Amino acid sequence: MSVDNQVIAMRALDVPAAADGNTNNDRVPKMVVRRLNFFYGAAQAVYDVSMDIAENRVTALIGPSGCGKSTFLRTLNRMNETIPGTRREGIVLLDGVDIYRQIRDVSTVRTRVGMVFQKSNPFPKSVYDNVAYGLRVNGVGDPSIVKPAVEDALKRAFLWDEVKDKLNTNAYMLSGGQQQRLCIARALAVWPEVLLMDEPASALDPLSTSKIEDLIAELKKNYTIVIVTHNMQQAARVSDYTAFFYEGRMVEFGRTKDIFTKPAHKQTEDYITGRFG
Amino acid sequence: MAVAQHSISADTPAVGGTTRARPKSPGRIPKGLTFLATAIIVMILAAILTAIVHGGVETVSWEFISQPPEQGMEAGGIFPAIFGTVALVILMVICGVPIGVLTAIYLQEYTSPDSKTTRLIRLAITNLAGVPSIVFGLFGLGFFVGFVGSGMDTILGYSGRPVWGQPAIIWAALTLAVLTLPVVIISTEEALRAIPRELKDASYALGVTKLQTIRRVILPEAMPGIFTGAILAVSRGAGEVAPIMFTGAAYYLPYLPHKLNDQFMELGYHVYVMATQSPNIERTEPILFGTVLVLLVLTFLLNLVAIVIRSRMRIRRVSG
Amino acid sequence: MRPFAFKPKSRIKEFVGEKLITLSAFTALIVIALIFIFIFKEATPIFTSPEVQKEASLSKMTFKQQFNPKQEPRFSWQPTSDLPKYSLYPLFLGTLKAALIAMLFAMPLGLGAAIYSSEFAPRRAREFIKPIIELLAGIPSVVLGFFALIVLATILQKMFDLPYRLNALNAGIALGIGVIPIIFTLAEDAMTAVPRSLREAAMALGANQWQVSFTVVLPAALPGIAAGMVLGFGRAVGETMIVLMASGNAAIVSPGFIDSIRTMSATIAAELAEVVFHSPHYNVLFFIGTLLFAFTFCLNLGGDLVLARLKEKLQGKH
Repeated sequence: MSVDNQVIAMRALDVPAAADGNTNNDRVPKMVVRRLNFFYGAAQAVYDVSMDIAENRVTALIGPSGCGKSTFLRTLNRMNETIPGTRREGIVLLDGVDIYRQIRDVSTVRTRVGMVFQKSNPFPKSVYDNVAYGLRVNGVGDPSIVKPAVEDALKRAFLWDEVKDKLNTNAYMLSGGQQQRLCIARALAVWPEVLLMDEPASALDPLSTSKIEDLIAELKKNYTIVIVTHNMQQAARVSDYTAFFYEGRMVEFGRTKDIFTKPAHKQTEDYITGRFG
Repeated sequence: MAVAQHSISADTPAVGGTTRARPKSPGRIPKGLTFLATAIIVMILAAILTAIVHGGVETVSWEFISQPPEQGMEAGGIFPAIFGTVALVILMVICGVPIGVLTAIYLQEYTSPDSKTTRLIRLAITNLAGVPSIVFGLFGLGFFVGFVGSGMDTILGYSGRPVWGQPAIIWAALTLAVLTLPVVIISTEEALRAIPRELKDASYALGVTKLQTIRRVILPEAMPGIFTGAILAVSRGAGEVAPIMFTGAAYYLPYLPHKLNDQFMELGYHVYVMATQSPNIERTEPILFGTVLVLLVLTFLLNLVAIVIRSRMRIRRVSG
Repeated sequence: MRPFAFKPKSRIKEFVGEKLITLSAFTALIVIALIFIFIFKEATPIFTSPEVQKEASLSKMTFKQQFNPKQEPRFSWQPTSDLPKYSLYPLFLGTLKAALIAMLFAMPLGLGAAIYSSEFAPRRAREFIKPIIELLAGIPSVVLGFFALIVLATILQKMFDLPYRLNALNAGIALGIGVIPIIFTLAEDAMTAVPRSLREAAMALGANQWQVSFTVVLPAALPGIAAGMVLGFGRAVGETMIVLMASGNAAIVSPGFIDSIRTMSATIAAELAEVVFHSPHYNVLFFIGTLLFAFTFCLNLGGDLVLARLKEKLQGKH
């Protein structure tokens, strides 16, 4: 995507690229969100959020449960559209292209912006078929392509060594941490550019969690990552940027080290220091 | 007798019970009475089964199942009726189950439960389940035989003796397919509802379309439920007589049905005709009991399979 | 960048698939409409054709008719005599008798067993009762009819010294056996759906088990129990094979329960096969079918409404 195209798109929005504090001007943003509102029926869940998401960086979304961070995450690859009775306003750009208005086929969006969920959700199929699923349904069925692609995805998810001898066993036979990494491998197999992670380690034990965190640190070399987390230490450990959400609004957004050392807002400070949550 | 026996066990607290204290004495009367009602139902079922097994067990043999009737149905076997019943329900499943499954998919995956369309369709389904079976018989005769069949004859240019516009196995099967539609829909819906949202999300998040997700994730997961629905439909369909009386069943046929517009013999109809119109009930009674036993075993086995599959599905849902 | 290309999704396939699914979903609705249209269509000559009305008009079907100057006017169903008589009253009466006996038989048993299963039974007993009821529900009605015709009729005749083997009592009890599972299932479902919190609240106030059952659970589950009654009654009215085989099929007008009866459903089943196509008799049989359909339709609608109310009530109480 050319920078020109992006600049034109941004101008059309007539919104300052970086509002107060919401800056990460050391990078060209991979995704740009402007004035995003989201509604479940009549109830508004996200209010007027604007954000730039830096390429090859990890952006963490934190905040108490029900603050809209997961809902916001789902708007970044149009997963919100699977929930009936919801409505979105505002703009989401991927490489300067509006994913809602300029990309007609939602499949294109979701294969470019992959997603990993809170609860690991492998299909009741073999390990191999799980990873191959995304390729096959997108018309890549040739085993000479699928096989190396599956191996590659499993390697990137740090799972290959553990499962290379049981590719044909059912995915439910794996441990919880392995299942979650399998889901990451499944998402990686379709070669996304952005990876959205919705509390990917919240259901895992500490050891599995640290494996996932190592994996995230490795993955950001090649991918742009947005991660929702409840765990403040985790956000501090893995992310470069942090956005704090509260009651559907983005209260503060900036470099993680700034947010955690000198938060600009009282609410952010209260949350980070554990005064509510 | 039953009450007295039960009042002994009434002192032991029920499993998962609420109190260790002895129930106050008035509690025994409702408990005893309701237990009595339960016991009577069990005894009724036992009486029915005993009578039929006792009356039929000596008749049922390999010859009885595999041979055609002889001597004006007063001897021989019931093979044509078994064959006709099986052919009928297979046709019924082919015609009805796909529509039932698609309806369930529509209700669960394509609309919100509160939409007006959904409510209307649900209302139609529950009402369809309550339509008397004889009314289905009238409908099959009026619509499938009289309208669709005769219409086909006109369009295909058959004049004189009707080819399609007469009672036939296809019309009976279609009538039963309509009758058992609610069974298939309800069972499939139950299975669809049990599929975790996360599985669908995982598929959608990979850029997979709705139709592909249905075909590759949702349908395979719902298969046990669909299978259960089909079996329950078969069990129900195999026992229904009123809807097929006018739409295709025949008392006696010298040949087996081999075309869609053939008539057919059927177990339930066979029982009805032999029990009510046989001139020599003493002679035919063993055959009659044997036929009833075969019909009962057939429907019970089907029900049993459905119950087992369903309970397995529930167990998996709890542990998974 | 991705080292392989994805095929673009076929929009046509999605579109056709969705339309096919939507179309299928309307089948049930269409069928209900078709049932009404095609049954009523064959009954319309009663209202439109003067020729048919000469034999079978609404008033002839409803009121007492004088067929013979020497006799009192009476209700009579004799569609195949030289002077066809189409009074529906004997059939109504027969249907009502059978359904009433069925309900009187099935209600205490079905409801009692449901209360036992949901309130008193130890878990093992409950796991035994439910499959028993499912088995009972799985018995084809022709088998119940056969049982009533061959076995039950003999027992009842000996027991009560009845003049006829096949009568309203026999048919009604057999019908009741068929209705028990409906009443049991709906009542039991409604009672087990009563929230635990409600029971616990009552127990915390010192109520014992049976007091909780009869003062808290039963009232809360009442709509479900009522729906079971309504749907059970609908089944009893519409059921065919049992009454056809067990009732004796004589259209007698009498107050007693030991006379033979002829119900609406059995009349259709017994006569439609031999009737002359599009004769008044044929039209009247379809008219009876229309009445049966309309009646059960209203009952089902009522039962459905009651069940919906129950759901709201129980969910509202959470």
